[in-house]
Amino acid sequence: MPEDREPTAAPGQAVRHEGARLPARGPQFEVAARNPRRAEGVVAVAFGASLLSFAAFGGAYWTNADNFVLGLTLGVALAAFGFALTYWGKYLMPRGPFEESRPMMATTRAEREEMVADFALRGKVAVERRGFLAKLMAAAGAVLGIVVAFPLIRSLGPKPDQSLYHTKWRKGSRLTTIDGQFVHVDDLDVGGIVTVFPPDDIGGAFSQTILLRITQTGNVVTEPGRETWGPDGYLAYSKVCTHAGCPVGLYEKLTQQLLCPCHQSLFNVLDGAFPVFGPAPRPLPQLPLYVDGEGYLRAQSDYLEPIGPGFWYRGGSNVMYK
Amino acid sequence: MSAAQADGRAARREESAVERLYGWVDDRFAISRGGRHLLDKIFPDHWSFMLGEIALYSFIVLLVTGVFLTLYFVPSEHDIVYNGVYGPLRGQTVSEAYASTVNLSFSVRDGLLMRQMHHWAANIFVGSIVVHMLRVFFTGGFRRPREINWMIGATMLILAIFNGFLGYSLPDDLISGTGIRIAYSILESIPFVGTYLAYFLFGGSYPGTAIIPRFFIIHVLILPLVILGLLAAHLGILVRHRHSQFPGRGAREDNVVGSPLWPAFAAKTGGFFFLIAGVTALLGALVQINPIWLYGQYYPYKVSYAVQPDWYMGWLDGALRVMPSWEINLPGHMVPTIFFPAVLLPGITFGLIYAWPLIEAKLTGDYAEHHLLDRPRDKPLRTAIGAATFSFYFVLFGASATDVLANYLTVSLNVVLWAFRIACIVVPIVVFPVTYKICREIQETPGAGSRKRPNIVVRSAEGGYEVVPSEEYPGYVEREPDLEPVPVEEVDVVGAMQPEQEETPEGIYRIPRVFR
Ligand code: HEM
Ligand code: FES
Repeated sequence: MPEDREPTAAPGQAVRHEGARLPARGPQFEVAARNPRRAEGVVAVAFGASLLSFAAFGGAYWTNADNFVLGLTLGVALAAFGFALTYWGKYLMPRGPFEESRPMMATTRAEREEMVADFALRGKVAVERRGFLAKLMAAAGAVLGIVVAFPLIRSLGPKPDQSLYHTKWRKGSRLTTIDGQFVHVDDLDVGGIVTVFPPDDIGGAFSQTILLRITQTGNVVTEPGRETWGPDGYLAYSKVCTHAGCPVGLYEKLTQQLLCPCHQSLFNVLDGAFPVFGPAPRPLPQLPLYVDGEGYLRAQSDYLEPIGPGFWYRGGSNVMYK
Repeated sequence: MSAAQADGRAARREESAVERLYGWVDDRFAISRGGRHLLDKIFPDHWSFMLGEIALYSFIVLLVTGVFLTLYFVPSEHDIVYNGVYGPLRGQTVSEAYASTVNLSFSVRDGLLMRQMHHWAANIFVGSIVVHMLRVFFTGGFRRPREINWMIGATMLILAIFNGFLGYSLPDDLISGTGIRIAYSILESIPFVGTYLAYFLFGGSYPGTAIIPRFFIIHVLILPLVILGLLAAHLGILVRHRHSQFPGRGAREDNVVGSPLWPAFAAKTGGFFFLIAGVTALLGALVQINPIWLYGQYYPYKVSYAVQPDWYMGWLDGALRVMPSWEINLPGHMVPTIFFPAVLLPGITFGLIYAWPLIEAKLTGDYAEHHLLDRPRDKPLRTAIGAATFSFYFVLFGASATDVLANYLTVSLNVVLWAFRIACIVVPIVVFPVTYKICREIQETPGAGSRKRPNIVVRSAEGGYEVVPSEEYPGYVEREPDLEPVPVEEVDVVGAMQPEQEETPEGIYRIPRVFR
């Protein structure tokens, strides 16, 4: 322990201490208002208004008045009260200016050295010849640090695994509306549009699909290789925007375009839902359809690529499952 | 009982009840000794120091109204059949979160007012932080020794934005649900960890059942606590440094000029709190905000037109809109397009904000301690950089309304989008030299920035007219005023603390200590 350090001020010796009375002297102690009586009047009126208004708020609350009356009375009351107090402080109190001194933050080298010396000296006594203990403590601390993070990570949620690559559409899934109706070829007129789901995932955010009817008869072919995907003039696209995942809910019949309302991406229905405008980077994946023996629409399979916005493990823009 | 204590007792009998109460407390905490100079803490009178106060007081309004909301809000995504007083919704299946927010608005007395005040206060909170930050930036208030406090402020801004987003996501309405879906996609877009982050934070895919309870606890407990802690640090550092101030009126590096805490500042700032609370209440009464009963419950397959987030998310939304659809394709991996506007851009933005005090010191070589603020015109380069950068975000903010503008102006969306794409590059390039030039010109204008005294036209008895300058406004004098120094007294503090100096007993080391 340092025996030899001088105390900065000997006990009993006076030190400079800031803080004191502000005796009324000098023009700084006069009020700021040029006409204090008028200012007093302003403050009085404002306090009066707030008093009445607070009372009115109480009454309004008691009688279960509507939001407008409640808010108006409370707002006027609070604002008038605040105005009065602020005005009082600004015009009816010592106008100043006053000054206090400010020490610089930068410390001197000597001050720092003194601190460091004490710190190091006591630390040295504590750790000297006990380096082994210190190392053990550090090791225990490190393991704690790692382990403590575990529950923060793995308890929170499942790993994504394959869930981002597949929807609930399967070979043979019937196209089902939100009300649970299976869609029949005769259900939509040309230009019609409906949101469909697989029967076991009605309302599903991931499986949601837009079904449109383009023509009355014949296969609609949007891309080479999709010759059989659009039977009887029907086309189905994932409803999840490839930009940031909003539902692509708006259909412009005239231009045959789907519009995402979030950032206005436009997808050309006839061209494999290729994005023609806006920030969406990829076409909406198309769901291959067929019509079963009774005339109901069904999926040939799941989507052949991951639906929705991109993610790191998704692979390039045109990955297709084989 | 010692003689001194007996004396004290006798003296106390003559004190009023209040004095006795204060004495009782003071005997236990020695407030009169340590807390004395708090009364004298000087606050500069300049109006721009109020901006931070707006942030502080709207945060308090948020705490108070928020606690009220927690009593009625049910953070659950479980479906129930709505059976409340709002007719159009009766019989529909909605989540408990949504139903309880509708009930808060219609059935809880004062509920709608508290909800709307809470939401308005959130908007004011974030807004005032931004403006406060701009003030600090343009006046150089972030320079040594205040760099850390600048960074604490920047952190509070980020947390405020996050908490605002979490807050308006809670009611589970159609608009906020769509917002969460976008946020989920943004998380997913982060290379390597994005999908894991999204799954861990949301407890699986979205929508799920964990999200609203989780958002709730973060919104009402975790982030408010963190903000409160940072706020304490922010203000503690402020007291330690004492206020910075504009030069003039006798202000120097080694003093602070203004009003003392007691009574003038206490009255002004106390009143200001009530003013802010009052304005928030008036907004809550008069201006509808987030009428979730009109938006309806969130369903992932439903969407409403003209989806707009709260204003402080606008720049992000705008960035998502103007960003071209570029993606980076790597073998087996990809960097999705939204990563750039929604992760990289905010990352760079806040990275620059954090680092600015260090960057500027490096650029100017000025590492000195500063307590006098700059007039923005005197630092044209900084001012121009700040203005140009801000204009960039302002354009992005405007871009979040592309669809609304296109409708309103009846031009094609394409035109509006391209206008904004070009503007967010051109506008900052124009703003920079213009700001620089304006600063230079103001510098050369004598008397610029000082308050002009109005001239009064007086009519004499003979009918002649004469112009005389008006009386000086107290406190706004052009000549240097006389300052009243806060008196420095010689007080025998140490003696008071240690009345009797005895020998240090054998075996005990006395730490030399001065009570300050
Ligand atoms: C940084 C501070 C905060 C911000 C920016 C903020 C913002 C918001 C916003 C914008 C909403 C949506 C309100 C609406 O329905 O229109 C909200 C909701 C809510 N907030 Fe906060 N808030 C904050 C702090 C708090 C605190 C401290 C609490 C409670 C202790 C709280 C409790 C709630 C509750 C329960 C709701 C859901 C009820 C509702 O939506 O009406 N908030 N918050
Ligand atoms: S989410 Fe569809 S355009 Fe952004």
